[in-house]
Amino acid sequence: MSTLTRPVAPERLASEQRAEANRRRRWREGRIGWGFFAPFAILFALTFVVPILVSIRSSFFTEKAAGDSLYGGGGLVETFAFLDNYAQVLGNAIFWEGMGRVLLFGAVQIPVMLGGALILALLLDSFIVRRVAFFRLAYFLPYAIPGVIAALVWTYIFSPGFSPINQALVALSDALAALLGSPVDLTIDFFAPGTIIASMATMTTWTFMGYNMLIFLAALQAIPHDLYEAARLDGASEFAIVRRIKVPMVGQATLLAVLLSIIGTVQLFNEPTVLAAVNPWMGNDYTPMMLAYSSMMGTTSPSGAGPASAVSISMALIAGILAAIFALVQKRSTR
Amino acid sequence: MATITTPPSLRPSSSTRAITRIVLIAAAVMFLAPVYWLIVSSTKSNPDLISSNGLLFAGNNIVENYTALMSWTQGNFWRWVGNSMLYSTVAGVLGTLVSVSAGYALAKFRMPGKAGIQLAILGGLLMPIALLTVPLYIFFNGLGLTNTIWAVIIPSCVSPFGVFLGRMFVDAGVPDELLEASRLDGSGEVRTFFTLVLRLIAPAMVTIFLFIFVATWNNFLLPLMMINSAELKPVTLGLYGMMSYFSPQYGAVLQGALLSVLPLVVLFFVLQRYWQSGLTAGAVKG
Repeated sequence: MSTLTRPVAPERLASEQRAEANRRRRWREGRIGWGFFAPFAILFALTFVVPILVSIRSSFFTEKAAGDSLYGGGGLVETFAFLDNYAQVLGNAIFWEGMGRVLLFGAVQIPVMLGGALILALLLDSFIVRRVAFFRLAYFLPYAIPGVIAALVWTYIFSPGFSPINQALVALSDALAALLGSPVDLTIDFFAPGTIIASMATMTTWTFMGYNMLIFLAALQAIPHDLYEAARLDGASEFAIVRRIKVPMVGQATLLAVLLSIIGTVQLFNEPTVLAAVNPWMGNDYTPMMLAYSSMMGTTSPSGAGPASAVSISMALIAGILAAIFALVQKRSTR
Repeated sequence: MATITTPPSLRPSSSTRAITRIVLIAAAVMFLAPVYWLIVSSTKSNPDLISSNGLLFAGNNIVENYTALMSWTQGNFWRWVGNSMLYSTVAGVLGTLVSVSAGYALAKFRMPGKAGIQLAILGGLLMPIALLTVPLYIFFNGLGLTNTIWAVIIPSCVSPFGVFLGRMFVDAGVPDELLEASRLDGSGEVRTFFTLVLRLIAPAMVTIFLFIFVATWNNFLLPLMMINSAELKPVTLGLYGMMSYFSPQYGAVLQGALLSVLPLVVLFFVLQRYWQSGLTAGAVKG
């Protein structure tokens, strides 16, 4: 029937009409789409875009008291300082010491944490293990504990008075001393300047290893099992399967985990802040993020929004550069 | 599972099994020991903490510790827990709605500027959140929002990862045909969204809610900068203050820590399958 009733009107007109209708539909669709997207867009602008712009602007300014009297007076005046804040940050030994600490921290902690997470995930994924659910939950539990609370608990676990670790080491030392006939002291001062970074690394590894393990495990379980069957039929050992199939297949998850860990490490704050509460020698600028916070709150000099912003932006740039370098290296090595 | 189908010749040797099991159990002990120590220590007095074995219960000091916790926090402890609950719940609910709505827009509508949006969201995912807090403080201070509950809730609602998940869940769970059918039935766009889309992906929304809830509960730097009155503190901030300002009864602080994690841990375990579906999604994101 349709062939008979089909209009004989010029083809062009029909297609123009169709195009017009299409355009109208598209415009309508775009409008509705943006309508649904708008709440997020507004909030995103309010909490990401505008603050970043404000921060970039304020990093180029310093605030000075307007009056000439000793204590200023007359309120604060913003003056354009161009790169002065940045020069101060980049020339500030404290900033670089802090940066050095977190980078050293990350260089050791990230491989340990992710390596451990990957091994645990591989073990859980292997067909050797039953009761996977129990282990998954046990490993993941620390992540449910807020970083500050975890840091607080660990600070007490490490504290000289009643550290259960040192209690055990004292017992061990006594036993050894009785055996050897000379005094032995195996106890560890977890808060000494040389060991406190390791104590911090223990805290963060404990908190985040299970989380990363779950990411790896999820990626591992997404690998089709036929691949293993095929490899086994070809005579591959379980170890070869792990090395040749499983590890390469979680590459994307690894990349993401490393990038997030690098970014997380550069902004290390909770653990050192809690530790500094009981170890005043650490000061309020032990890590760059602590320095940024102290600058903002006026508890370190130079203080104020300008210097604090300059510290924050410098940190973000360094984190970004490190992440980019890692991503590039990873890409090149897997090609 | 593969266990059943593996022929005997390919099964791992019993020593491999044993080693695997030992490693896994050792790791589990390592992860659980501090929690166990926390539980034990929250019942002890200061002298017991020093003199008794850290892994064994000693004298029961629970009531005294609880009294000390209440008096040191000037009765604010449960208020802080309530604040954490309030911030996390409001941020979780609002953030989930906003994320799903944005994800729905990205999944189902051709919008101008979509490429830019996606780039911005990716940037947001990799943006160091802690670094945003300083500029956020400057901006919110300018708006007069600091030291209000909104200073904590508004930033916590914004979750690029939530939008990412929202988009994926809508893609997977909302067929175009249903949307068309709903439109043909004369349902408006907003009504379709609230009655059809939200209902279809309700289980997935729990995932997003959980992510935002946990992130808000765990946040420390944001409330540290934004909040300074004791009545508005979340429990993380309150306990930190308690630890740093007093020469404390340690058992009391530890009891506070234990009580403050309980709600989160319970929520976590009740809803854990949702949590895992989110991680799976995150891992295959590529």
